[in-house]
Amino acid sequence: MTPISVVDIDYVALAPVIIVLVAAVIGVLLEAFLPEAARRSGQLLLTGSAVALAFLTVLIVAASRPFGPIAGGSLMLDGPGLFLQGLILLTSGTAILIMADRRVDPGGDAFAGRVSTLPGGEEEREVSRRGLMQTEVWPLMLFCIGGLLLFVTSNDLLTLFIALEILSLPLYLLVGMARRRRLLSQEAALKYFLMGALASAILLFGSALAYAYAGTIEFAGIAERISERTTANTLVIAAVALILVGLLFKIGAVPFGQWVPDVYQGAPTPVTGFMAAAVKVAAVGALLRVLYVPFGGMRWEWEPVLWIVASLTMLIGSLVALAQSDIKRMLAYSSIANAGFILIGVAAADQVGLSSVLFYLLAYSVATLAAFGIVTMVRVPTGEATSLEQWAGIGRRSPLLATAFSLILLSFAGIPLTAGFIAKFGVFTAAITAGALPLVIVGIVASAIAAALYVRIIVRMYFTDPVSASAGVASPSPLTVAGVGLGVALTVILGVFPQPVLNLVEQTSIFVR
Amino acid sequence: MNAAWPIVALGGLAFAFAAFSVVIAAFTGPKRFNRAKVAAYECGIEPTPQPIGGGRFPVKYYLVAMMFIIFDIELVFLYPWAVAFDQLGLFGFIAMMLFLINLIVPYLYEWRRGGLEWD
Repeated sequence: MTPISVVDIDYVALAPVIIVLVAAVIGVLLEAFLPEAARRSGQLLLTGSAVALAFLTVLIVAASRPFGPIAGGSLMLDGPGLFLQGLILLTSGTAILIMADRRVDPGGDAFAGRVSTLPGGEEEREVSRRGLMQTEVWPLMLFCIGGLLLFVTSNDLLTLFIALEILSLPLYLLVGMARRRRLLSQEAALKYFLMGALASAILLFGSALAYAYAGTIEFAGIAERISERTTANTLVIAAVALILVGLLFKIGAVPFGQWVPDVYQGAPTPVTGFMAAAVKVAAVGALLRVLYVPFGGMRWEWEPVLWIVASLTMLIGSLVALAQSDIKRMLAYSSIANAGFILIGVAAADQVGLSSVLFYLLAYSVATLAAFGIVTMVRVPTGEATSLEQWAGIGRRSPLLATAFSLILLSFAGIPLTAGFIAKFGVFTAAITAGALPLVIVGIVASAIAAALYVRIIVRMYFTDPVSASAGVASPSPLTVAGVGLGVALTVILGVFPQPVLNLVEQTSIFVR
Repeated sequence: MNAAWPIVALGGLAFAFAAFSVVIAAFTGPKRFNRAKVAAYECGIEPTPQPIGGGRFPVKYYLVAMMFIIFDIELVFLYPWAVAFDQLGLFGFIAMMLFLINLIVPYLYEWRRGGLEWD
């Protein structure tokens, strides 16, 4: 019998994913064989060095490897994919810094010592008395990051789905591991799991219909079949609709983002930051590739849908954020609104739109990570001070923290000289060029609403007298300072000197088909 | 679309049969309920100990199930690999060994963290 043909795999181009996933497997072995006292430092060393090494490898791959399909056509090496991989590793690394901090919470880090103990039970008190810490979060993070890296480069529908599962399953667990308010956290994990499983199933069903239509799961093959068609076909329209629902769920766009506020509120705050930044970057990256490469020939069919979703997402996100009294829920709705602005750029459906989305993702993700990092520092004795009322007068007690938070809020609002302004300007310009003026008008209205919200919080921090239940600011370790500092610094630098990064996203923003 | 009609017809028939059976059973079946009637019959065993009054399921059964999955998955993939060993060649061999290593890792984890001790 003849031997089967072996797929040609470019291991160098695949190295970032391999490094992260192998490190995750080693992390599981560390959990098994390291003595309990050494686990935390061992895991931190492994996780940190794996992410840093993977980031360096992305740079090397970007400089040295030719663009094209890798791993037998399952993955695609191209500009946007590499940019997004780099961005995912940058934001994940920052999130890991904030997650590793164990000084802001007197009990340890942000995760429950033993997740299996009953909340409020005797066992839980025993665990916190002994100061035990959960170290499984680090391999889980690495598995999740590996999935994110695959998600943005996947070049067929099956790899897309598998990457989605690799990134989702660890996230469901990470969401339920908070040290404080554990019942809320576990409720969030269950909600996220049920909704996420449904969304995955919908995405898979859409993929099946796309296969039924095109006879192939490869993006290039699907694009070819669509370009050959002469009439509208119900099958392929249903396929695009279902795949869109699955991806828009992960992005958190209205009406598929109903889980976002509950899950963002319940999850441990550093994990929330990771989800709002890295996971959203990957989801938008996958949406871009799916809409532009296999279904690019149907843009007249999906564009109107995206217009409606983007408008609703911006307006509802900004309006409902106004009514929130909890800082994490407020930031969750703000991240929904930001997803809407990103979708404006996606709807532009050309190279300018793509590069504006890439820049927006960078500006948004570093700012949102820093925002959640700051939330971990503002505390009352029982945990984080998530109620907005408790933030009154923070600016007088800790001017530095309040200044940093104000800068980030101003960036979300899109004030000039912050990264958010350049990003919003980019997506609006791209949309106007593509003839989506109504979308831009909705975007400007939503920006104005959101700006009112952010200014209100700044006023509360600086010009309101502290109430008796007001929060204090924990002194963070250098890890959190580095994470938050990086986010704030990038927000300002990208706002003042955006040109090098704008050039970079312009050069990278071509999908190889 | 014409090619799909047999499937639609089959689905319709199946649905009609299910609905008919349920309805006819409700009308014609005898209604003599006792304890045995509501017990699980050939579809699972009574969970023991039962999580009554906010109690919790022992996690041991779950660990056994996980262990079963580890070896079950291993077998499911080993068998076709063994059958096609000649054609798959060295690449297939290395890929399979990597797969086995990946499966051993959770087993080692379970063993070291006390998952194999029943009490």
